[in-house]
Amino acid sequence: MNVGVVVFPGSNCDRDMFHVLSDVFNLNAQYCWHDKPLPDNLDAVILPGGFSYGDRLRAGVIAANSPIIQDVKKIAQKGLPILGVCNGFQILVESGLLPGVLLKNDSLNFMCEWTNLIVENNKTPFTNQFELNQKIPIPIANGEGRYYVDDETLNKLEEKNQIVFKYDQVVNGSLNQIAGVCNEDGNVVGMMPHPERAVESEINPQDNKPSTLIFESLLKKAGIEN
Amino acid sequence: MTNYQVHVTIENKPGISDPEGKTILNDLVLKGTHQNVSEIKTAKMLKFSIDEKDKETAQSKVNEICDELRIYNPMVSIVKIDVFDA
Repeated sequence: MNVGVVVFPGSNCDRDMFHVLSDVFNLNAQYCWHDKPLPDNLDAVILPGGFSYGDRLRAGVIAANSPIIQDVKKIAQKGLPILGVCNGFQILVESGLLPGVLLKNDSLNFMCEWTNLIVENNKTPFTNQFELNQKIPIPIANGEGRYYVDDETLNKLEEKNQIVFKYDQVVNGSLNQIAGVCNEDGNVVGMMPHPERAVESEINPQDNKPSTLIFESLLKKAGIEN
Repeated sequence: MTNYQVHVTIENKPGISDPEGKTILNDLVLKGTHQNVSEIKTAKMLKFSIDEKDKETAQSKVNEICDELRIYNPMVSIVKIDVFDA
């Protein structure tokens, strides 16, 4: 399975993601530089975390205008799995691939801590191996992670089952504790926490197994038994 | 063509919380002796220098740029555009 990891100037979790994809899950990961076209052999694309363009103007907005995003939009329409993590999630909302916006955390602080997610939608290519309401211990690391949508969009998200993850308690002021959402078709998923920092027991002081299911869901979607 | 300075002020819509403004109000201004201040809102300002044939065109061009490139996020922000002679 070929998974593209998109790299923007200022991405800094791209290598963590590449390592997890290739060394933990034995996938064929490849870096995709932002101003080159996406290779046409990809089965999935991940937008990793970091600080594209130094979060200037607003996190994700400048990267959302990168040439590669036009290709990401095309493969999103074809239904390929796309995951945005942290800054990747911010880029997905700023490019219009996902609804909503990520505002500065209520505390105005950069937050780097362990949280617990609750799985709200287990039908996406990144959550199909979870039970509904399953808990995932997972770290966040962001300054602009407070998810917000207007009432009308929130109703639509609930109606179409587009809320994928919630925090189990108030973390940063996110509306209804929303931590991750998907598009209407469910193939594009964005989440603020970092699964690539949670799947290995060596660096996860809690339980690494739930986070591995995010990647195992992708394998399941591709028909690969790990 | 004339050079104009165009100030783009981006601020949160009413109802979108502005923790920075609240902190400045509650923990700085109201802790001083300025009890007559009731609200402080933070905003971001971008200053464009642009060559256009007249003020109106300068304003509409910058407005267009802001919309096209999502200089502000319409879900949470409003934008105010003021044009000045350079």
